Amino acid sequence: MKKGLLLYFTVLFIGVIFIARLFYIQIINVNHDPLQSSTIRKKIEYPHRGYVFDRNGTLLVANQISYDIMIVPKEVKPLDTIEFCNLLGIDKQYFKTRFLKSKKYSPRLPSVFVGQLSKEDYARFQEKKHKYKGFYVQKRFLRKYPIKSAANVLGYISEVNENLIQKNPYYQLGELIGTAGVEKSYEKQLRGKKGVKYFQRDIYNKNIGPYKDGAFDTVSLPGKDLTLTIDSQLQQYGEALMQNKRGGIVAIEPSSGEILALVSLPTYDPNMMVGRKRSINSVKLFGDTIQKPMLDRGLQSMYPPGSPFKILTGLIGLQEGIIDTNTIFYCYHGYKYGRKGFMGCHDHKSNVNLHYAIYTSCNTYFAQTYRKIIEKYENPFTGMNAWNKHVKSFGLGAYFGNDLASGQKGLIPDGSYYNKWYPSKRWTATYTLSNAIGQGEILTTPIQLANMTAAIANRGFYYTPHIVKKIKNLPLNKTFTTPKYTSIDTKYFSPIIAGMYDVFENPHGTAHSSKVKDIAICGKTGTAENYIKVNGKRIKLTDHSIFIAFAPKDNPKIAIAVFVENGYWGSQWAGPIATLMIEKYLKGKTSRHYLEQRMFNGSLEDEYQKQLDLENYNAEEQ
Amino acid sequence: MLVFFGWLNIYATIHDESHFKILDFSTLYGKQIIWIVLAIPLIFFIMLLDAKFYERFASFFYMFAILLLVFIFPFGKSINGATSWYSFGSFTIQPAEFAKAFVALGVARLLSDKQFSLKIRKSQIKAFFLILLPAFLIILQPDPGSALIYGAFLFVFYRENLPDYYIIIGFIVILLFISRIFFGFQNVTLFIVSITIFGLMYLALFRKKALKKGWFNIVILTMGLIVYTLSTQFIYNNILKQHHRDRFEVLLKIKKDASDIGYNTNQAIKTISSGGFFGKGYLQGDRTQGKFVPEQETDYIFSAVGEEWGFVGSSLVVIIFVIFLLRIIHKAESQKNPFSRIYGYSIASIFFLHFTINIGMVMGILPTIGIPLPFFSYGGSALWGFTLLLFIFIRLDAYKTNEW
Repeated sequence: MKKGLLLYFTVLFIGVIFIARLFYIQIINVNHDPLQSSTIRKKIEYPHRGYVFDRNGTLLVANQISYDIMIVPKEVKPLDTIEFCNLLGIDKQYFKTRFLKSKKYSPRLPSVFVGQLSKEDYARFQEKKHKYKGFYVQKRFLRKYPIKSAANVLGYISEVNENLIQKNPYYQLGELIGTAGVEKSYEKQLRGKKGVKYFQRDIYNKNIGPYKDGAFDTVSLPGKDLTLTIDSQLQQYGEALMQNKRGGIVAIEPSSGEILALVSLPTYDPNMMVGRKRSINSVKLFGDTIQKPMLDRGLQSMYPPGSPFKILTGLIGLQEGIIDTNTIFYCYHGYKYGRKGFMGCHDHKSNVNLHYAIYTSCNTYFAQTYRKIIEKYENPFTGMNAWNKHVKSFGLGAYFGNDLASGQKGLIPDGSYYNKWYPSKRWTATYTLSNAIGQGEILTTPIQLANMTAAIANRGFYYTPHIVKKIKNLPLNKTFTTPKYTSIDTKYFSPIIAGMYDVFENPHGTAHSSKVKDIAICGKTGTAENYIKVNGKRIKLTDHSIFIAFAPKDNPKIAIAVFVENGYWGSQWAGPIATLMIEKYLKGKTSRHYLEQRMFNGSLEDEYQKQLDLENYNAEEQ
Repeated sequence: MLVFFGWLNIYATIHDESHFKILDFSTLYGKQIIWIVLAIPLIFFIMLLDAKFYERFASFFYMFAILLLVFIFPFGKSINGATSWYSFGSFTIQPAEFAKAFVALGVARLLSDKQFSLKIRKSQIKAFFLILLPAFLIILQPDPGSALIYGAFLFVFYRENLPDYYIIIGFIVILLFISRIFFGFQNVTLFIVSITIFGLMYLALFRKKALKKGWFNIVILTMGLIVYTLSTQFIYNNILKQHHRDRFEVLLKIKKDASDIGYNTNQAIKTISSGGFFGKGYLQGDRTQGKFVPEQETDYIFSAVGEEWGFVGSSLVVIIFVIFLLRIIHKAESQKNPFSRIYGYSIASIFFLHFTINIGMVMGILPTIGIPLPFFSYGGSALWGFTLLLFIFIRLDAYKTNEW
């Protein structure tokens, strides 16, 4: 009996251990979140994505329902494939390969068999659905663009990539996310909030009813509608004016910073980036490295600003006390500086004051002003920095930090920038003289120029340019409604603006030909030299055509910057386009039909074609 | 007879739960009912035969079992790579399950011989041969899990005066095997050597006489242990398959892999855990209904009990098993006839090992070894095998009462 006790006690011992273990796993160490259980299937309810309207309530982006035929390969029963294929408009080969592919992906999990059916196809299929076991229809929302316009502003949605999923747990594979334009910058507001429904499931992923009668389910919240600051008629008009040309137009309402139009050409039909066609089209559009339709030239292209920048030089000169309205510089078709330096100028009278310098765009006047600004300080380094501070106060050389999905900083050089260029640090104002007239190292984007124009129109302040006016009924971000002041006092603006006014009004003004009856426009032409480096050789390309303007002179309603790549000179393309835009916006119609037609029909394609053959390239000269 | 009814009662209670579990899976459920119904005539048949009959023909039963196990190789059917089944139409029979009962009879017959004593080396070899032969045949199938059950007879041998040091050696062997896996060969060897050196030093300092007599044995013992440890490495790496190694390593927490290797156990633990105190109620276990635990109707049935009946239900099952086992042991001890006593003790050990390994595995305290939980798991052969085991003993026990 004594030896029998071993088994006796072992049995008891094991019994105690088992109960202790049970106690541990069932009572102490319990996973308390039932929703984490692998037996619960989460089904996500996707809300409506918010609509997008323009400032006047025109619908720009809507949703359309599309239908995907889903397949669960394991549940498919033998079927009449010919009828099935005819019904959905697919061929037998597609059926076969697709079936094998779905089966390989998972025999039990649903996958898309035929994506994005039209309503008609769907209706036909729905009637005979009962005949095809293992197939079902899933509703999906796609974007729809009633107006073929503003693709660069609106952007598009596409499937999230894995990188983003790791960063943001809100998204799951296969879900859609805004990837460009306002779809991207206002993704959070547009998407709404996903709802979740929990289903009891078995290991084969079959649903066997709602979990706890839906006690844990959450309701999806529909996305919020956006009202853009864009005026879609103006936007479309701008796109029409710019056709067959490359460049951008940015129009801003100076009193609010609202972007009225953001045109970038070449562009594309936003409907190309919807649904099944998207993958093919996006390869095509992104792959077009010559036209670059996916590049938002209004936001992303950096150009030297050219002559419009002279206005800033003038303003800084006034603020720094270098010049006043009576200061006269002498210009003999150019400005000689240093030992060899010479900056050419146009053909005009020789004693130049500020007013005259602006409307005739005199290089000499502003070069001298610039030089004196820099030389006012003990050394060019601090002079350069002081100048830089003024320029940057106009929003140049930095990101706006606004609600646009893309942008560029541009470049406004400062003292240390040139110290890097000239390690000896023995550079002087004349080394950087080109900056005076917006050439040299300065780079700006059209939207920065437009904002600069708005700041001038406002006589010294601007609101951060932004694209969204209202999010449902939510107030706007405060950074967009607080004015940002420039470093120039208001009093210095009037002489400058008077000069800009005479650009149109004075017979010698550089844009006299673009003058519009009954509208007091203030503007400045620009012609920016640009070069390209090919095999180490610097080739001069035809100048960019630039124009900035605002109107009316008092209480301005619109500030605009137009940029036409390789458009000869300012008044050739950019000037007329800017004034037509202003006229269209302020009057609702245009009076100069001849000019309008010339813009519609005018093409720079020959020029762009020529650039493809740089060996034999010759820039168009004025 | 009272006892018999008590057992039957337990049998029925336990069995009912297994019905519940399989209720939603109609074919298996149906089959199991057939097995249960067929088990009744078997019981009658067993009870019909004279108790003396079992004792007299025990060696024939044993031979029969061995033959079944041998003939499985030319005639058996392979399922999942193991040739463990005889196939009759749609039903398959697993002889290893029946062999347990027959081997138990054989062992009881051998040990109950008055001439036989496990204190003699020759008898020891005989006895071990008796259990190692079927175990070996089953390993060949291969079904190492079922073969392991024959280790249960060690308890029997010990009870029947097998010297203590066998148990100690067995214990050390297992301990070394596990620590080899866990700590690695070098560390274990180092440990053994240092223990030996300390032992020798102790003897040298305080027991010089003992040292003189025993140093040779001690050194031999040490060498033996090292050689064994070395061989475990060989067994572990070359004889055991990768999935065996994985199971050990998952259990010892060397490998952390919940998705693949330890999937079954992990799911089983989660399932039991989700039951909580009172369980989710019969047929309410979402993980059971969702078929999350593979093999849940057979080896992992305890997880269904755990989920649907909770801590209360599953501990009750454990308690019932413990009482059941203790009852058999008690009954066995009270047998006058050594044959009955040894047989009873054998089945207690077999049930005990099944119970321990199965539930231990489901709860993740023992490595995964696929053997059924007596009376619970689905499987006709196992059910009949256990029925055979149990009711032969009841018959023997009833005979005792009659004799009284």
